[in-house]
Amino acid sequence: MLDKNGIAKRIAKEVQDGYYVNLGIGIPTLVANYVRDDIEVEFQSENGVLGMGPFPFEGEEDADIINAGKQTITTLPGASFFDSAMSFSMIRGQHVDLTILGAMEVAENGDIANWKIPGKMVKGMGGAMDLVASAENIIVAMMHTNRAGASKLLKTCSLPLTGVGCVKKIVTNMAVIEVTDKGFKLLERAPGVSVEDIKNATDGYLIVEGEIKEMEF
Amino acid sequence: MISKKVANVTEALQGVKDNMTFMFGGFGLSGIPENAIAELVKLNVKGLTCISNNAGVDDFGLGLLLQQKQINKMISSYVGENDEFERQMLSGELDVELIPQGTLAERCRAAQAGFPAIYTPAGYGTEVAEGKETREFDGKMYVLEHAFKADFAFIKAWKGDAAGNLIFKGTARNFNPNMCGAAKINVAEVEELVSVGELDPNQIHIPGIFVQRIFKGAHYEKRIEQRTVRQKN
Repeated sequence: MLDKNGIAKRIAKEVQDGYYVNLGIGIPTLVANYVRDDIEVEFQSENGVLGMGPFPFEGEEDADIINAGKQTITTLPGASFFDSAMSFSMIRGQHVDLTILGAMEVAENGDIANWKIPGKMVKGMGGAMDLVASAENIIVAMMHTNRAGASKLLKTCSLPLTGVGCVKKIVTNMAVIEVTDKGFKLLERAPGVSVEDIKNATDGYLIVEGEIKEMEF
Repeated sequence: MISKKVANVTEALQGVKDNMTFMFGGFGLSGIPENAIAELVKLNVKGLTCISNNAGVDDFGLGLLLQQKQINKMISSYVGENDEFERQMLSGELDVELIPQGTLAERCRAAQAGFPAIYTPAGYGTEVAEGKETREFDGKMYVLEHAFKADFAFIKAWKGDAAGNLIFKGTARNFNPNMCGAAKINVAEVEELVSVGELDPNQIHIPGIFVQRIFKGAHYEKRIEQRTVRQKN
């Protein structure tokens, strides 16, 4: 079973040379730590920066330079700042190559829910609805089950949707799964996790074909 | 040169009344019009509709207006860091319209640019699209979203001049340029108000035509919401 860093490390393998990447809040943010250093990648944050760098050193924080998680950041050479309309032109206009975001639920048809629990929690969708409605390449980073132990990979989402039929791939603490026309297709399993474990933790239809290899990092 | 300069925040906010609709620039607490918000707290105008990506935190930003129950309705994309907001929303005291962040930006920009509405794919198939006109273009579904109508837009820029020209800094730019010119009266507050001619015309982010009033903010706290650092070595 992977921890959050393990999930991020596995997703980092999906990031290719020349990609512009948007990272969501939470586990996705950790992906930046594991991207190979022999490839060129630029991270976009939807509040208005392309070419995000690491966190600043203590004493060098700038209230005017933050990421979408409102964390203080730095920029790398070649970075740019822009307004919100232009930022979402990059996203809606499909100029961003890869979107990695978290989810509360994903359905076997690629529907995603991650912004609201009616009557309990209302955070809002932020940029997530724009991202999932437009991106060609969306990877969800999440734990396979919720805190109560219930599966987050469902036949249909029970929570209000963020987008319909948009998720292509899911990386959890247990598995790498592709969303296909026929349902969730198991691609890889996490170290120490059996196919049976994954089946038991997946509520939606899980396709298992041939031998399922363990993840490599 | 047509001067947009006013003496202070009091003069800049003349005409502000109960039940008006305001736009506020800013993302989180970055690039928010701190001086305009402080003045609105002082004026204690009520029944406001506020268009802002976020709702501040409990004791800063728009959270200050929420504390005094000045806001009737919020139109935002993300309100996760404000307990009082969540309490007022879940109890029904506060009317809230949550919309996608890119849609928020574009509804501002549409108002600024003279478009009555725009089509966006964001929110299609979700509750955001309920009751709205949808249309297919090239096999993909889009939602019709209308331009905002606002009485005042409160903008925060880094530098400006009396002509109303504005330059923003870093990610404090965010919604400010999209809202500036989207309301009937657009009020810009700046950290530095420089002499006309000092700003390079090539570097202006928002030309003064979009600004009706500009003033130098008396004080900026520029609070950091999530101070994150790395260790040296």
